[in-house]
Amino acid sequence: MLGDLVKNGPVITDGAWGTEFQALGLEYGQCPDAWNLTSPGRVEKVARSYVKAGSRIILTNTFRSNRIALDGYGLSAQCVSLNRHGAALSRQAAGEDVLVFGSIGPSGKMLVAGETTGDELYASFAEQAEALASGGVHGFVVETMSDLGEAVQAVKAARGTGLPVIACMVFDSGRNKDRTMMGVTPEQCGPALLEAGADFVGANCGVGIEAYIPVCARLAAASGRPVWIKANAGLPELQNGVAVYRGGPDHFSSHLTALVDAGAKFIGGCCGTTPAFITALRDRLG
Amino acid sequence: MADSAKLYDTIVNGNAKDAVAITKEALAENADPLELVTRYMIPAMDEVGRRFECEDYFVPELLLAARAMKGAMELIRPLLVERGAEPSGRVVIGTVKGDLHDIGKNLVASMLEGGGFEVVDLGADVAPEKFVEAVEQKSANVVCLSALLTVTMPSMKTTIAALNDAGLRGRVKVLVGGAPVTQQYADEIGADGYAENAGAAVKLARTITKV
Repeated sequence: MLGDLVKNGPVITDGAWGTEFQALGLEYGQCPDAWNLTSPGRVEKVARSYVKAGSRIILTNTFRSNRIALDGYGLSAQCVSLNRHGAALSRQAAGEDVLVFGSIGPSGKMLVAGETTGDELYASFAEQAEALASGGVHGFVVETMSDLGEAVQAVKAARGTGLPVIACMVFDSGRNKDRTMMGVTPEQCGPALLEAGADFVGANCGVGIEAYIPVCARLAAASGRPVWIKANAGLPELQNGVAVYRGGPDHFSSHLTALVDAGAKFIGGCCGTTPAFITALRDRLG
Repeated sequence: MADSAKLYDTIVNGNAKDAVAITKEALAENADPLELVTRYMIPAMDEVGRRFECEDYFVPELLLAARAMKGAMELIRPLLVERGAEPSGRVVIGTVKGDLHDIGKNLVASMLEGGGFEVVDLGADVAPEKFVEAVEQKSANVVCLSALLTVTMPSMKTTIAALNDAGLRGRVKVLVGGAPVTQQYADEIGADGYAENAGAAVKLARTITKV
């Protein structure tokens, strides 16, 4: 299924979920993933809005649903059911034609500071991946990773289910904003993530879509494969106490051609992007 | 004879084992502990902060250096306390209410500790009244507030207001930081300072406490 999509030109993925939930009343400090159990209607609504906007792959509302991150919200006991329900909600919204990839985000703990261990991370991601697989996902996106060591554990754990895995890092540091928070380059990430078992590598979040064009080209060269890119809508500014993203759908989608030329095959949006951004991407694709 | 000058290199290079070994040897030979700190260790952390600021160093290098500094300081601090020397300052640090991100805050805490401050880390999602309580109990003279989300930045303002209401604002300096925070925002909410990164935070804490 994924192979067919890749053969047929660029694939539009989805946009942000967290910022959409905030528009639907999610309070700051609340765990968005909790809505899979407490407010499934709103989760499915966001999922459907991306299907309607033109996404060919949508993710799941499970970004924080690994045991370590859930612990910070006091929700670790619900780990398995949050993932299963998250997968099922996206599958319901996706229907037959759209693929559902399970979102696996970071633990929030730093390996290099000794806050967690590789084994602990692996166990936590494996539990999540298995629950997502049992909920019916078609594959996984390991995303928003700042630490290659942690991403490798997540990829290995997801790979263990036998489903396809896409691995994305955040490149937002260094003088050219082309390194991870830990100082790692696209050239270092690409081969390491493939070796861990990723089918494709990519970048998400970051400092806006322009900065990801050169990063995309370097990931394509480093991995020798099509690249997954989900940039955010730029960094938000606070206006009268409300977070406002200044780049709109037009500005965002104007970079589509350049991204495709740089080797991107899966394109969507991160924080601050909405279904309108996805429709703008789809329309430009023609 | 201990090569104290090498203490500088071991910290800059994040080599905790050698930093501790050299400190031990130097102290055994009756080196002045305060001189070790002021001549080699603090300048080393300043250099680490500088490299981080100009993005030659990244998080791992920063953490390793802070660990080396901490290792050496653990040997030196009891000797300084014996002499009645006070720490550079007492800092209460935390990520503000509604915000669970603590990586940046942890880095600043490590660097401040490395810089000779006594640090009380309240963790993430810290309510204003918790900051007030900690400042009172620990007689802190610096409060560091962190926020990674644009939407949780207003919690910095409410925390400053709570310090005001508790009558503590006069005796603590409030420093703010985090990805979306700016100098302009710091000025707007009446903070005493803003630092763009962990290295700058230590420098600022030092200037503001006049050490």
